[in-house]
Amino acid sequence: MSKQLIKGNEAIVKGAILAGCRAFYGYPITPASEIAEAAALYMPQVGGVFLQAESEVAAINMLYGAASAGVRAMTASSGPGISLMQEGISYLAGAELPCVIADIMRGGPGLGNIAPEQGDYNQVVKGGGHGCYRTLVLAPESVQEMASLTSLAFDLADKYRNPVVVLADGCIGQMMEPVEFPATVVEPQVPRWAVTGTADSRPNLITSLHLDPDDLEAHIRHLEAKYRRAEREEVRFESWRTEDAEIVLVGYGIVARILKAAVEQARSEGLAVGLLRPITLYPFPGDELRRLSRRACAFVVVELSTGQLVDDVRLAVEGRRPVEFHGRAGGNIPGCEEVLALVRDMIPREQMADA
Amino acid sequence: MPDLTIPGYTVVHEKPRSFYPVCERKPEMQHQTHYCPGCGHGIAHKLIAVAIDELGIQDRTVLISPVGCSVFAYYYFDTGNIQVAHGRAPAVATAVKRSRPESIVIAYQGDGDLAAIGAAEILHAANRGEPITVIFINNGTYGMTGGQMAPTTLIGQTTTTTPFGRNVWNEGYPLHVSELLASLEAPVYVERVGLGSNKQIMNAARAVRRAIENQVKGLGFSLVEILSPCPTIWKMNPVEAQRRVLEETVKTFPLGQFRDRTKSAPARPAAAPVPLFAEIPAILGLANGASPAAKTMRSGETIDWRVRVAGFGGQGVLMLGEVLAEAGLDAGFEVSWLPSYGPEMRSGTSNCHVRLSSKPIDSPLVLHPNVLLAMNEPSLRKFLAPVEPGGWVFYNGTEIPQGCAGRLDVHFIARPFAEIAGNAGDARSANMTMLGALLEATGMLAEERVLAALRRRVSSGHWLEVDRRALDGGREAVTKGVRHES
Amino acid sequence: MTTPDRGLVLIDSEECKGCALCFEACPPKVLRFGELLNRYGYRSAAYAGAGCTGCGICFFACPEPGAITVLRREGRVCQNN
Repeated sequence: MSKQLIKGNEAIVKGAILAGCRAFYGYPITPASEIAEAAALYMPQVGGVFLQAESEVAAINMLYGAASAGVRAMTASSGPGISLMQEGISYLAGAELPCVIADIMRGGPGLGNIAPEQGDYNQVVKGGGHGCYRTLVLAPESVQEMASLTSLAFDLADKYRNPVVVLADGCIGQMMEPVEFPATVVEPQVPRWAVTGTADSRPNLITSLHLDPDDLEAHIRHLEAKYRRAEREEVRFESWRTEDAEIVLVGYGIVARILKAAVEQARSEGLAVGLLRPITLYPFPGDELRRLSRRACAFVVVELSTGQLVDDVRLAVEGRRPVEFHGRAGGNIPGCEEVLALVRDMIPREQMADA
Repeated sequence: MPDLTIPGYTVVHEKPRSFYPVCERKPEMQHQTHYCPGCGHGIAHKLIAVAIDELGIQDRTVLISPVGCSVFAYYYFDTGNIQVAHGRAPAVATAVKRSRPESIVIAYQGDGDLAAIGAAEILHAANRGEPITVIFINNGTYGMTGGQMAPTTLIGQTTTTTPFGRNVWNEGYPLHVSELLASLEAPVYVERVGLGSNKQIMNAARAVRRAIENQVKGLGFSLVEILSPCPTIWKMNPVEAQRRVLEETVKTFPLGQFRDRTKSAPARPAAAPVPLFAEIPAILGLANGASPAAKTMRSGETIDWRVRVAGFGGQGVLMLGEVLAEAGLDAGFEVSWLPSYGPEMRSGTSNCHVRLSSKPIDSPLVLHPNVLLAMNEPSLRKFLAPVEPGGWVFYNGTEIPQGCAGRLDVHFIARPFAEIAGNAGDARSANMTMLGALLEATGMLAEERVLAALRRRVSSGHWLEVDRRALDGGREAVTKGVRHES
Repeated sequence: MTTPDRGLVLIDSEECKGCALCFEACPPKVLRFGELLNRYGYRSAAYAGAGCTGCGICFFACPEPGAITVLRREGRVCQNN
């Protein structure tokens, strides 16, 4: 299939439909609205459902309904809407319902602005709702990955019977790049546990309620076991020029693109710099960071926030190496030069520390 | 099940088949419901189960259990069961019904659930005319949480959160859900019934059956509000509580049909046909090779065009960038296009970042362009400084504005592009004259690539011709016009 | 000669919670408390043993799913024919 130049937000919908998604329930919000618009255009044409809900609260509960009925379903929003969806995400995780949520991050807190930010990391990766649950989180860095990781998200959601979030920012949502879509189209299947209004599915029950403490603890342990399995089997990252790197840059999404440019430039200046790009933010590639910390002298985390991912990097590195942080917020995106200046400034310090 | 055969007698009423014989999901006391003695939920459950039996829809039924005392409705109904978040049953029911149109979806909700926290969900589900059945239990209290005020609590009624009685100046008035929903266009059937007497109960049985039958018939949204006793919270014995429904509650909540369009409701349109599986890529515009196979770049050639296009909203800034990126893709470049977005798209300034590169593109941001297309003076002033030495600057104006002429290290091409476009056919194609000038001056892309990209983006033959002439006009302006070059 | 009652009520004492709503509902008033507590501690309802018309209203008035079963005498159908 030839490459198609499309927006990140549109790529999500096409990737989703090719992955067998047949339902979109959502509420408009900049910079995610093109996802709803593309879904409104395509879902009815492929025999799917598109519905603009009355709120994000309703949208996420419609997802709960569609997922209960065994349909691959998704929604999309941005920070303020994701905040509203947290209740439903907790229920979805508790009831073990698969679904995909795209979060095209914008500036916060509050109304913030509509420019790209990565301030939703904590509320998405750490699980912003109540209770002991996690969401699996995929972080695309390109329009190609908006499509491919959305497809993957549906497989992971079904495999783990858990919500999966595609966490991108306004930049990747809005930009256009060539995308190559898979030639295969996934045929929607109805899972055995779904409640579909048939004789076969009549005994099935979807609930997150376990009144007895022992029952609930057993359920939580069961969820925990799924998350441990995901931590073993689903960690994805891109490790780029890290094998001999003294300084490892860490960033995801649009930031990783800038960090790649910075690595290229630094290498041309003879600086041993590499990039670790988490593709799954949960499960987090902590083992790889620990491995890199044996050789690297220092880590530099760059985020479009005042520091959220950096906490996970510090937890992974466990104090073995300094973890520096550079964050921009409010919609400002650091340039390659800005990052390089930071790196150049560190090299002598590291060398001095080694001496 | 006990043996109920008695010689000479026939069973006429027994536990409905739509109930589980034994409540195995219930942790203990599996022969009993968890409801208090005399609770109206039990009667309402029975009316639903009887209707399901009579309509023969047990296998098709999906019951939505809410939050409230009836959170455990799934202990009892031998149907498909979904337990949902507080107040969200109509949203969940909406999606279940749309996902499985053959299913019979019954949302069971209490008054706190439906009329307080879930007021938005019920209003919109009703307003969309979702073909579901909602059974709404109005007992004027929050039973499960221990007797707090509900939106339907009567004026003056004491509850744990209205210890001095519900005061309209503080808590407002009892919410009349049936009347409210009957003010909407879409609902097919809305009725309020009670459980205050034999007569009321049998009337409720009829209404519940009707609301479910409507769904079986494919009609729209149906809701039955049931005035129900809560003896425990009301601190009454079951008989007194039932009498209170009959004598007191109905004064605030009059019984009756508030909407009945079961005979006049228009038939729902048939669902759109589901396409063949193999047709899906074509529907998504993927199968027909939207762009021609990309030409391979000549090896060894390192090209890195970093373009910034800027102007006012409506000047075709984003479009210019898109055409450039699409033509670049056809020509075998790696490309990216990144807009400024949001309200900026609709008013004020607009700009986009375009990269055409022979190598994979790292950052799509163009902070230091080697090409700037400035469609007006503010854009020129804003983006000129970071243009790389040796870069190209195209400006829509006859002369370089004061203060900008200092950049002697860039190729400056200032032309009245809008005017040229006007002369070529339409001033609105100034973006294309600038593109023509860009192609002519830099040789960035072959003309046919740009024309092919335009043909895919512009559907109107008229506009294609206008754009093509504008491109030519831009080229001529570079070859023949006065150069303001350093 | 006494004709047998038209109806008959069977009460599952394990389901009944003794709320007494069926006593109120019953037109011929042939339902009352039984002698014994059930194993859940409720004094369940009981049929007085005579006078049931088989009208079935107690079944609908009862909040318990299967506490009450109502039967009708088969002969009545023949009489109507």
